[in-house]
Amino acid sequence: MEKTILRGRAWVFGDDVDTDLIYHNKYLAETDPKKMPQYSFEYYPGKEHFAKEVKPGDFVVAGTNFGCGSSREHAVYCLKYAGIPVVLAENYSRIYYRNAINNGYPVLFIKGISQAIKDKKIEDGDELEVDLAKGEVKNVTKGTSFHGDAVADLEKDIMAAGGLIEYLKSRAGR
Amino acid sequence: MGKTFAEKALGRAAGHEVKAGEIVTVEPDFCMSHDNSAPIARTFRKIGVKNVWKPERIVFILDHAVPAPSDDHAVNHKETRQFVAEQGITHFYDVSSKGGVCHQVMCEEGFALPGLIMIGSDSHTCTYGAFGAFSTGIGRSEMAAAWATGQIWFKVPESLKVTVKGSFRPGVAAKDLILTLIGDIKADGADYMSVEFHGPAIEAMSIAERMTLCNMGIEMGAKNAVCPPDAKVLAAIRDKARTDRWEALWADDDAVYAKELTYDLDNLVPCVAKPHTVDNYAAIDAVKGTPIHQAFLGSCTNARIEDLRAAAAILKGKEVAVRTIVIPASWKIYRQCMAEGLIETFLDAGCVIANPGCGPCMGNHEGILAPGEACISTANRNFKGRMGNKESFIYLASPLTVAASALKGEIADPREVL
Repeated sequence: MEKTILRGRAWVFGDDVDTDLIYHNKYLAETDPKKMPQYSFEYYPGKEHFAKEVKPGDFVVAGTNFGCGSSREHAVYCLKYAGIPVVLAENYSRIYYRNAINNGYPVLFIKGISQAIKDKKIEDGDELEVDLAKGEVKNVTKGTSFHGDAVADLEKDIMAAGGLIEYLKSRAGR
Repeated sequence: MGKTFAEKALGRAAGHEVKAGEIVTVEPDFCMSHDNSAPIARTFRKIGVKNVWKPERIVFILDHAVPAPSDDHAVNHKETRQFVAEQGITHFYDVSSKGGVCHQVMCEEGFALPGLIMIGSDSHTCTYGAFGAFSTGIGRSEMAAAWATGQIWFKVPESLKVTVKGSFRPGVAAKDLILTLIGDIKADGADYMSVEFHGPAIEAMSIAERMTLCNMGIEMGAKNAVCPPDAKVLAAIRDKARTDRWEALWADDDAVYAKELTYDLDNLVPCVAKPHTVDNYAAIDAVKGTPIHQAFLGSCTNARIEDLRAAAAILKGKEVAVRTIVIPASWKIYRQCMAEGLIETFLDAGCVIANPGCGPCMGNHEGILAPGEACISTANRNFKGRMGNKESFIYLASPLTVAASALKGEIADPREVL
């Protein structure tokens, strides 16, 4: 997380994006995280081309309850290893949120973004500028901006270490 | 000021008083994982700790794809057995007649107990709240960390109190209550919360019915869901509790809740969750007559002996109009079905009976749908493509509604066939 101001294109999704839409259960036997991005959003109507066309640095933008459903971490890996630097959603299912933190993957809570998606104030392909440290999102294309919540301290420590497993390794060495 | 169940259970585990919003670190009483035990074991090895913290607190139950339907699954199962041997894990339910769906086995085998902190690398771990446990699903990395450290952190959740009174009308079941509740508050209506079920109607319910309610807590975003550990629970665990660490805990009358809801079962009607979200509620009248191609009686939500008896009573002496797959939630239940003649009833009616396990619930095997097909199912999720094909449709319903629909080949009102 050295670079805190990021710029990239938006891929926009709705509310209640479940784990089968993000990463379908058909591919659960895959255990190599680097092979997971090829299946991202394969089951999401209208986003079947995501895996082929996504570029490192693009953002995933979504409404409420992102990642609801299963506890599968594939749904975090398939975005992280596609080079999506951060997910920007109104809020997350609790297991998805924990999985993200535990894998050192930043997910920001962005107030009002669910409604903005419905009002088409943020759309596929919009150019975004995201300040990770402040949790601020600027839609450069449409000239609007959004504010997010800061992450809690324990969560920050885990994130800073690069994830829960790295965090535990660093503590075990003390 | 009184305490909620979550505040009591997490406070007891943390060793000090806690209130909603605080972060605590606690030692889990049991850690459950299923076919994902092998990838968790791989992550565990990366941590650099040689042995799991307490092998007797870890439970492995193979259920997602049993017996292994592909070489990938077979390799995972093999790795699981190797890890069990290497770490001396005593609670291992392999592919055998001792097993079944993990959550059912956890409850049958005396692991699910009042007041315990239970974690599982499966989102439906919240089922054990039917026994008064604080139980919740976590991811694989987090499970690997718990095996290594014997610790897990939780934010003490706020609580949603659901008070239930009245009694089920004929043809209406616990599944209808939970689908109605989720339809009302939506898939994120209890996000991060502890859902407590209170009231005389909950006390009147069997543990099987309470398991159906708690199982689906996650479908409204809940961290955990729980019913009171009353005399029924204490009787059920009497001879099989796997530890004496349990304690019957319940919320104080003056506990503080983030939200309170009341339901009267007398007003409830049979219903379904339409494709492709669990909160897509429809009363039976609105969907009656919708053609289906398959019916599924199974899963950790609704395949206990009580559920199968109710379905068999509808199917007895009749024939199903569409392919119908019956999967008892465990081999214990399977045997009970045999003893009561239910297996024969299902076979006579034209059903296919598969071995206990998750079956087609998440599209692994034993009943994948083809494009354009619709299935009515007693399971807990109807996400797009959940049963294997993204052009197929899943309707969730009670065992009564599924059985009635199987007979007609279309979604049917169970009150018309009782």
